[in-house]
Amino acid sequence: MIVTRDLGKQFDNFWAVDGVNLRVDAGEVLALLGPNGAGKTTTVRMLTSVLRPTRGEALVAGFDVVREAQKVRAAVGVLTEQHGLYGRMPAGDYLDFFGQVYGMDAARRRARTQRLLEDFGLQAERKRRIGEYSKGMRQKLALARALLHDPPVLLLDEPTSAMDPESARLVRDAIRELRSASRAIIICTHNLAEAEELADHIAIIRQGKIIASGPPTELKRSLLGPSEYEVAFGRPLNGFPLFFPHGADITDRGEQWVRFRTASPDLTNPLVLRYLLAQDLAVTGLHEVPRSLEQVYLSAMSSSREQEGNDAG
Amino acid sequence: MLGELHSQLAPALVITRRELRDQFRDWRIIFPVVALTMFFPALMNFTARQAVNFVSNYGAPLVAERLIPFLLMVVGFFPISVSLVIALESFVGEKERHSIEPLLSSPLSDGQLYLGKLLAAVVSPLLASYLGITVYLVGVYREMGWIPTPVLITQILLLTTIQALVMVSAAVVVSAQTTSVRAANLLASFIIIPMAILIQGEAIVMFWGRYAVLWWVILALAVIAWLLVRAGVAHFSREELLGRELDSLNLRWGWQVFWREFIGGAPTLPVWIRQVGGLLSQKMRLPMLLVALSLAAGILVGASQAKVFALPVELISINNTDSGVLQGPEIMQFYSVAGVSTVWLHNIRAIILATLLGLFSFGVLGIIVLMLPLILVGYFLATAATAGLSPLVFFTAFVLPHGILEIPAIILAGAAILRLGATLATPAQGQTIGEALLHALADWCKVLVGLVIPLLLLAALLEVYLTPRVVIALLGG
Repeated sequence: MIVTRDLGKQFDNFWAVDGVNLRVDAGEVLALLGPNGAGKTTTVRMLTSVLRPTRGEALVAGFDVVREAQKVRAAVGVLTEQHGLYGRMPAGDYLDFFGQVYGMDAARRRARTQRLLEDFGLQAERKRRIGEYSKGMRQKLALARALLHDPPVLLLDEPTSAMDPESARLVRDAIRELRSASRAIIICTHNLAEAEELADHIAIIRQGKIIASGPPTELKRSLLGPSEYEVAFGRPLNGFPLFFPHGADITDRGEQWVRFRTASPDLTNPLVLRYLLAQDLAVTGLHEVPRSLEQVYLSAMSSSREQEGNDAG
Repeated sequence: MLGELHSQLAPALVITRRELRDQFRDWRIIFPVVALTMFFPALMNFTARQAVNFVSNYGAPLVAERLIPFLLMVVGFFPISVSLVIALESFVGEKERHSIEPLLSSPLSDGQLYLGKLLAAVVSPLLASYLGITVYLVGVYREMGWIPTPVLITQILLLTTIQALVMVSAAVVVSAQTTSVRAANLLASFIIIPMAILIQGEAIVMFWGRYAVLWWVILALAVIAWLLVRAGVAHFSREELLGRELDSLNLRWGWQVFWREFIGGAPTLPVWIRQVGGLLSQKMRLPMLLVALSLAAGILVGASQAKVFALPVELISINNTDSGVLQGPEIMQFYSVAGVSTVWLHNIRAIILATLLGLFSFGVLGIIVLMLPLILVGYFLATAATAGLSPLVFFTAFVLPHGILEIPAIILAGAAILRLGATLATPAQGQTIGEALLHALADWCKVLVGLVIPLLLLAALLEVYLTPRVVIALLGG
């Protein structure tokens, strides 16, 4: 659905996007993470054929972003960083206008407008001017606009920014539903928890370059090392010497718990349990220590900065 | 074909309808339009009545006769001035409000977007203008029984429409090429000042009573409107509109782009000269042909005016020209290096003036400037023929000796000017309007430095040292 090869965009002497390779298949969500000015919006603008790539190529819904720009734009639903709404228009008229722009007939426009306004809880407000809407309502309306023509590709820049937790949940649920409907979705976000929750793939971009990409679990393994596990005990250990099997390295311990790291948990964890039980310790639980995407992100950023420092040195 | 036209036009009209609805929701637009439509024609009615009464006391009904149609034109023009405000903010206003990106990301083509905005800016002020004209006409009919001729009312309606189109198309070009409404408003002076001069010119024509001239004005404005629309669509770039944040003047970048194109990577002078030759054969053939045809047309125009503005025969008796005629210029030290440089610099100044005028008129005014000497040549050839002198001999004596180099130089310069002016109305493949203009300017410089200036120098030498002698040889007694 979305494929980019060595995609690059140069402004004057500055490469805003520099050799980006992405692939998002139907039914997948890719979260594009990165600091402000990393190249996320420029990438999205190239994928909507608004900016022309300086080098490389990109196919969106099977169409080339340079040679088949109009087809690309017709196949993409885009939620821009700024809502881009017309304050004097009522929401219903606004969606109807964009329906016409996308060449939808009147019956389809009516049906889709009603459905989306209902889904996003805006039906009762459809006759109010958009200028009177709250930030969250505007965000929902902008998302409704992106979905109006039922596009196979969605590019969403900060889809839940400025939303209250309830509305953000509503939007996240909507995105999950859209994924199951065989769409390719790219989300640009600073909300790492949201990215972790929604995305099948993560791509971290810094200074126009992808510095890490892959499924979240794979990224965690590659950037943060083997998983860490914690064993909980029913009684305090009181400095009791613990014997662990080969391949399980103790990383930390507390009054009633101990943590260890292993590269092959399938083999090691049952052995750990057997060892501990053999030592007559009251084991009450064994679980993986959760690792957040934030750790992955910070680790990737730090490695990239280090690499840059080494290259400069 | 109609179906295809409709499918192309329909999305543009979607934009137009939305913008019109938006305008009718904005009191800042509605109020002046209504005021100019209702109040202003009434004021003009009052003015016309007072003026008619006043001049009739002094037996000058002609003034009143001319004033009423003139005020009709003014009443039509005032509401369309609002179109400028709407058009100036059409693209850049949406950019500032951040509502442009969803529109740019839609499947609308550049032309549809552009046309939609253009129509939106022109429709409501034009309707207001027509309404104002109607109010004024009803008023002058009721109070003075004045009815315009069908030709006059057609001219005024066409003039109003085409003036609105010119202003709007120019303002939309500005709006699509600037980064803020403030910058667009500042640049609007380049529209307001020429329009003010135009209205003054139209006023002179109307008080003079030469209404036929208005047809030429309408035709010229229609051509300008078409060129402006073409220029706007040609240089409309979603990327520029969205990507450019600051209108900064980068002289260093500009110089680099210009110099790169001017030098063209040529390592030596002969290679560079060959490049200039290549430029003529590749890019200048059609402009050169057009300029040559324009100059030929200039000679014909000049010749046609010889009968209209005939000189007395005694003034054009130039037979038996003797060496005494050389003495006048000799006293002024014409036959010297200073004389050569005077002629040479004068011609270069004329080329630069033509270039400046050509830049602002898609090359057209520049070519008209270059046609002027040829119009004079045509005029004097025809006048000489009237006086019984062979035009061929006259041409061979007065023009050919230096014209053999000067006329090709004019054709080359004219072609470069035409190309420079046409750059604004030509799509620039992957270039900004600034880059395209700098490339064309570099080509213009190449032609000027490599060919035109040396040819004009040689022509000046011939004009000073050879032409007077040929005149005496051929026309001397």
